[in-house]
Amino acid sequence: MQSLDALTRQAVALANGAAATAEVSRQMQICNACRYCETFCAVFPAMTRRLEFGAGDAHYLANLCHNCGACLHACQYAPPHEFAVNVPRAMAQVRQETYTEYAWPRAFGALYRRNGVTVALATAAGLALFLVLALAMRGTLLHEPLAGNFYAVFPHSLMAWMFGAAFGWAVLALAIGGVRFWRGQSPGPVTPAAAGEATRHALALTYLDGGHGDGCNESDDRFTLLRRRFHHLTFYGFMLCFASTCVATLYHYALGLPAPYALTSLPVVLGTVGGLGLLAGPAGLLWLNMRRHPLQGDPRQRPMDRAFIVLLFATSLTGLALLALRDTGVMALLLAVHLGTVMALFLTLPYGKFAHAVYRVAALLKWAIERRQPNRLQLGAD
Amino acid sequence: MHDVLVIGGGNAALCAALTAREAGARVLLLEASPREWRGGNSQHTRNLRCMHDAPQDVLVDAYPEEEFWQDLLKVTGGNTDERLARLVIRASSTCRDWMRRHGVRFQPSLAGTLHLSRTNAFFMGGGKALVNAYYRSAENLGVDIRYDSPVDRLEIQDGRFVAACVGRERIEARACVLAAGGFESNREWLREAWGQNERGEWPADNFIIRGTRFNQGVLLKHMTAQGADIIGDPTQAHCVAIDARAPLYDGGIVTRVDAVSLGVMVNRDAVRFYDEGEDFWPKRYAIWGRLVALQPGQIGYCIIDSKAVGRFMPPVFPGVKAGTLPELARKLELDEATFMRTLNDYNAACRVGSFDHTVLDDCHTEGLTPPKTHWARPIDQAPFYGYALRPGVTFTYLGLKTDARARVHFGGEPSDNLFVAGEMMAGNVLGRGYTAGVGMSIGTAFGRIAGTQAARAALKEDAHAIA
Repeated sequence: MQSLDALTRQAVALANGAAATAEVSRQMQICNACRYCETFCAVFPAMTRRLEFGAGDAHYLANLCHNCGACLHACQYAPPHEFAVNVPRAMAQVRQETYTEYAWPRAFGALYRRNGVTVALATAAGLALFLVLALAMRGTLLHEPLAGNFYAVFPHSLMAWMFGAAFGWAVLALAIGGVRFWRGQSPGPVTPAAAGEATRHALALTYLDGGHGDGCNESDDRFTLLRRRFHHLTFYGFMLCFASTCVATLYHYALGLPAPYALTSLPVVLGTVGGLGLLAGPAGLLWLNMRRHPLQGDPRQRPMDRAFIVLLFATSLTGLALLALRDTGVMALLLAVHLGTVMALFLTLPYGKFAHAVYRVAALLKWAIERRQPNRLQLGAD
Repeated sequence: MHDVLVIGGGNAALCAALTAREAGARVLLLEASPREWRGGNSQHTRNLRCMHDAPQDVLVDAYPEEEFWQDLLKVTGGNTDERLARLVIRASSTCRDWMRRHGVRFQPSLAGTLHLSRTNAFFMGGGKALVNAYYRSAENLGVDIRYDSPVDRLEIQDGRFVAACVGRERIEARACVLAAGGFESNREWLREAWGQNERGEWPADNFIIRGTRFNQGVLLKHMTAQGADIIGDPTQAHCVAIDARAPLYDGGIVTRVDAVSLGVMVNRDAVRFYDEGEDFWPKRYAIWGRLVALQPGQIGYCIIDSKAVGRFMPPVFPGVKAGTLPELARKLELDEATFMRTLNDYNAACRVGSFDHTVLDDCHTEGLTPPKTHWARPIDQAPFYGYALRPGVTFTYLGLKTDARARVHFGGEPSDNLFVAGEMMAGNVLGRGYTAGVGMSIGTAFGRIAGTQAARAALKEDAHAIA
């Protein structure tokens, strides 16, 4: 079974053009002979522990790369040099290959290449429309103010089942992808120290600091901390919204306190603050994405990047609108639109840009383990 | 009209432009290359050599002035101006904060480069990151920058700079800094300098240029014709042995093959010609370019066996691989019989003690000419690898004679508004030989001196004009 698995994966990789991993291998051979970028991020010290770069190494290094861009601007071999070294682009291309190759179910891997803003918004709009029509047919779309009582529109258990199932699916699909990726690597046992370090680097986005604390590159060779900050707003905003949902669930089941909650209650405060972060963060990331230097990253993946960013933004926007107008007659309509958006976000989570989180954390963990092991090479450095 | 015109776009030119601007001068910098190739050879550098009396930020231990001076004396064989050399050495201890203020970032000292992190401060991201930082800072400070602007001649009157010409355009300024590099990219000039050898070959035809294609030496030649005082020998250059497959220009650091001390080097006739184990590669590799340049066909072959793999920096191109030594000879197109005699003689002469490629170990040859004095182990473990090496010129030493104020001299008389910095005057300090990072130390020290002096000369003249 295991070998069949591997065979299938190879076939998929070939179909997707294993050229991306070969290109990473070629570029790493050049970088390994140069090493001027050694202290920008973890990719380069990880590289120096190897002399050859197979597909597994390419996937590992590609997901360790945060696409900060510093190594492109600093590179004496970047285009127009005939060596044409562009590590951020080569790594981005392999990352997409990783997502596609390890996706579960495998057939859904192709979605990574077709996941654009249109698809994401169409999914959200379709789901919202479905809910809106369901309400309209029941004659409950427009209504007297319900004082924020969502359950008068959709029963609590229905929402819990729908979103529980969608979220559960996303978690399962991503977890299977992560396990498949990890199986292809053999970093050694996970120690608490390594796990702690990987977590810290993931939560702090250490490798977007440029190695010197000035940040990474966006539209030119200037360093900026903007991406790190917008990403923090997005991630922590998302986590606050998630916490809000968890607290509300706790209130509902453990304390017997059903929604609606007061504006000053913990779930609403968490959701509001998180929602604001989830507006500012994605807006900033989209703005940076549109101004990115043309050589940075893989421009073909921009639709996928933007789809995820736009869905996050839409989720937050519709959520905040719902909060603001929950005491009016359009609550049911807004609720339907918001739930449709959230459903689209959950369903596309494992087949879009969000996947980078899983593989990046896995790569960070591998690096934290690996760098604690003795280096087998004895290059006599200088 | 600008106060100070800086001709060149590498480290020294940028240091001059920045200091002149900081001194209040209006500065125009003319870079010969298009923007994407800016920075001359500085984009290929990695560090600068710094004196320090105690551990300092990225530098460990101490590297006092005297030790730096002795190192310089050793590599140049005394072919250096002590006063200017000591000026560079002292300046190297205080320039890093200034560099940081202009956006240059240094690497924390790495475990693997312990030896060099005592003497050299490494730029984070390398020389191109440094060049980018300086250009950003220059733009922020209001230095005018023009790319694609190769200066082909200067107007000089009575030893004073008047104007520079870019094609038909004439650019006047009150003072000028020349920092346009050497002539290593000028194939014709290299050919002429190296001449024809006893075998009838033109050795320079087989040289590869490790750095920029834009150092054509146009201004060096022009200044010579204008009667400026010249220093240095045109055949002296930083010249290392690099992979023969390297691109003609801009191959930079990756084309080095530092397996030489782990194996043997043979020439086109399949015979050895120098002690490969004389010293560590970083200390000796600058001699191998010249050694290979003196061999027939200007080519050498580094031969190692699989015991050496994983013990030297990975080369950018894979070596020619063979299962047996005769097969390797055939693949490298070397005479098989001679090659086998050379290798067998070497293998038989090896006296293996305790091999350690991180120290000068006791593995050596006996009764062999030339000997291999360290790391001598028989080459006997398949697979075998061969790398063809050619001379790779980094930069030339021929330049303008100068003084502690970076002034250009005409017939022994200093100019009062024409200054020189970087590779165009490095020969004053570095008459021959090389030691890692010293080029950037010279460029930074003299770039800043030239910038300060040029601003002073220009602003003084300005004050006279107003009075």
